[in-house]
Amino acid sequence: MGNFWSRYKRNHAAVFGLFVIVLIIVMAITASLLYPEDPFRLVGKPLSKPLTNGFLLGSDSLGRDVASGIVHGAKTSLLIGFVATLVSVFIGIFFGAFAGYFGGLIDDILMRVTEIFQTIPSFIFAILLVAIMKPSISSIVIAIAVVSWPGVARLVRGEFLAVKNREFVQACHTLGMSDLRIMLWEILPNCLSPIIVVGSLMVATAILIESGLAFLGLGDPNIMSWGFLIGAGRTMLRSAWWVCTFPGVAILITVLAINLIGEGLNDALNPRLKERQ
Amino acid sequence: MTRSTKIFKYVGKRLLQGIPIILAIVIINFFLLNLAEGDAVDVLAGEAGSATPEYMEQLRKKFGLDQPLPVQLMVYLKNVLSLDLGYSFRHDMPVNELIYDRFAATGLLMASTIILAVGFGILLGLLAAVRLNTWKDAVITVFALITYATPLFWVGLMMIVVFSLNLGWFPTSGMTNVAAFYEGWDYVVDVSRHLVLPTITLSLFYLALYTRMMRASMLEQYGQDYVVTARAKGLTERRITYVHVLRNALLPVVTMAGVQVGALIGGSVIVESVFAWPGLGMLAFESLFARDLNLLLGIFLLSSMLVVVVNLIVDIIYCFLDPRIEVN
Repeated sequence: MGNFWSRYKRNHAAVFGLFVIVLIIVMAITASLLYPEDPFRLVGKPLSKPLTNGFLLGSDSLGRDVASGIVHGAKTSLLIGFVATLVSVFIGIFFGAFAGYFGGLIDDILMRVTEIFQTIPSFIFAILLVAIMKPSISSIVIAIAVVSWPGVARLVRGEFLAVKNREFVQACHTLGMSDLRIMLWEILPNCLSPIIVVGSLMVATAILIESGLAFLGLGDPNIMSWGFLIGAGRTMLRSAWWVCTFPGVAILITVLAINLIGEGLNDALNPRLKERQ
Repeated sequence: MTRSTKIFKYVGKRLLQGIPIILAIVIINFFLLNLAEGDAVDVLAGEAGSATPEYMEQLRKKFGLDQPLPVQLMVYLKNVLSLDLGYSFRHDMPVNELIYDRFAATGLLMASTIILAVGFGILLGLLAAVRLNTWKDAVITVFALITYATPLFWVGLMMIVVFSLNLGWFPTSGMTNVAAFYEGWDYVVDVSRHLVLPTITLSLFYLALYTRMMRASMLEQYGQDYVVTARAKGLTERRITYVHVLRNALLPVVTMAGVQVGALIGGSVIVESVFAWPGLGMLAFESLFARDLNLLLGIFLLSSMLVVVVNLIVDIIYCFLDPRIEVN
C-alpha cells in the first residue's frame, strides 16, 4: 500500500486531480450546509450578474442561485458517475469472466453480444433507454451502465484468458476448487488493477453522458444537476451567459480531475507498463 | 490463391458477419418499442382526444398489434428489411421520408467534422511527437487533456456566446439565413458560414482523440527496428519521420476514425440541438420532445446500421493500406 502511494504521488498531476476530487466530494456532502435552501427555489432578483445581489455566480431568469445549483448538482453528477460505473463494471466482469474462463461456445456467444453492444451508437442508445424508461436517477444509471459495460467485458476476458492457464490456477483445479470460487477468489484479484484504471476513467465518461442527457431534458426532473442547469440556461444565453458557463466549468474540472486520477492509478498499478513506454 | 481473391473472399466474409449484427439490432429495436408504455394506438387515441375501446380494438387489429409477439416481430423484421421504418404520427409522414429529408444536413456536418478532426489531429499529433518534451508538445498534450474533459454542448454554447453574440462573426443557429433567399454561390457561402461553429464544436473532442493517438502511434513507430535500419543507412531524420514513420503511424488512426463513427453520431445529436442544425440529430431531439418513439427508433436503427457499414468499409480500406494484414 505504501508502495502504491509512493508510486502514485510521483505523478503530480494525479495528486492534484485527487485533491480537486476530494474538494468536490466535500462540497457535495456539505451541500445542504453551504446552501440550505432548495436549489430549485427562487431566492432573489432574476438575472443578477455574478457577485451582485448576494449571488456568487449570479442567478437565472427565475431568480434561482447558480452557485447553489452547482453545489447541489455535484451530488447528482458524482453519485450517478460512481453508481453507473459500478453497475457496468459488474456486468462487464460477469460477461468477461465467463467468456474468458470457459472459452468455446460460451465465449463465442458472449463476445458476439458484446460486439453488438459495441456497435450500437452508445449515446443515442442511452437517450432511447432513458426516454423509454422515463427519466429518473435509476433509469439514467441503467442506461449509462448498459452502454458502457462492453469495454470492461473485453478487458476482463483478456485478463482471464492470460491468467487461467497459470500454475496457481491449475493447482486450484487439482485441489478440487469449484469454477466459481477459482474465478472469484483466485483469478479476479489478479485482474483488479486494469479494471480499477478503466473504471476510474469510466466515471468521467459517465458524468459526461449524464450531463448530456440532462442537457437534452432527460435528467431526473426532481433533482438538480449540472446538465440541467446548462439546458435550462441556454434560452437566456443572450442575456445571462453565466447561467450556462459556470456549471460547464464544474463539469470540465471534475472530469479532468478524474482523468488525471485515472492516469495516476495507471502509473501506480501497472508500473511495468510505464517503464515500457 | 492470389491476394486479390483473398481480399475478395474476406470482404464477403465480413459482409456475412455484419448480417447477424444488424438482425440483432433490429430485434433489440423491436423489444425497445414494446417496452415503451402504450402502443401506436394509444398515441393515436390520445391524439384524437377520444376513442371508444371498441374503436381502439379495431385499430389494433388493423395494425396487427393484437397478434402474438413473435408474429409481430416477424412483421417488423419484414418491414425493416423492406426499408419501411414505420410511421411518425406527429409529423404525419413515414419515418423514412423524414430521415431522408434530414440526412444531407447531417452528412455535411459529419464529413466536415471528420476532415477537420482527422486532418488537424494528424498534424498536431505529428508535431507533438517530433517536438517531444518541448513546450509545443506540452501545449498540445494539455489541450488534448482539456478537450477530452469538456462536454460538447457546453463548448457549443460558449462558441455561440463568444463568436456569435459578442463578436458577431457567425450566425447562432440553423443552416441557412431564412430571411434571405440566397441562390448559387451566395447559398454556398451562407451554408458554410452556418457550418463553421457546429463543425468546430463537434470536431474538438475527436481532434483531441486523434492528436493523442497520432502522438502515441508516432512514438511507437520510432522504437521499431526499421527506424534503426533507416538511421544506419544514413537517412536524414526528416526523411525518416515524414516518409517512413508517418506512413506507418497513420494506420491505427484510420481504424479509429471508423470506430468513432458511432460516437460521432451521438455527438451530432447534441451539437445539432445546440445549433438547431436541421439534421438527424435535431430530428432525434425533436422526436424526444414530441414523444415520437417510432421516429427515434428509426434514427437509432439507421445510425447503428451506418456504424456497421462504416466499420466494414474501414476494414476493407485497411486491407489495401497495410499488406501485412492477414486476410484469411
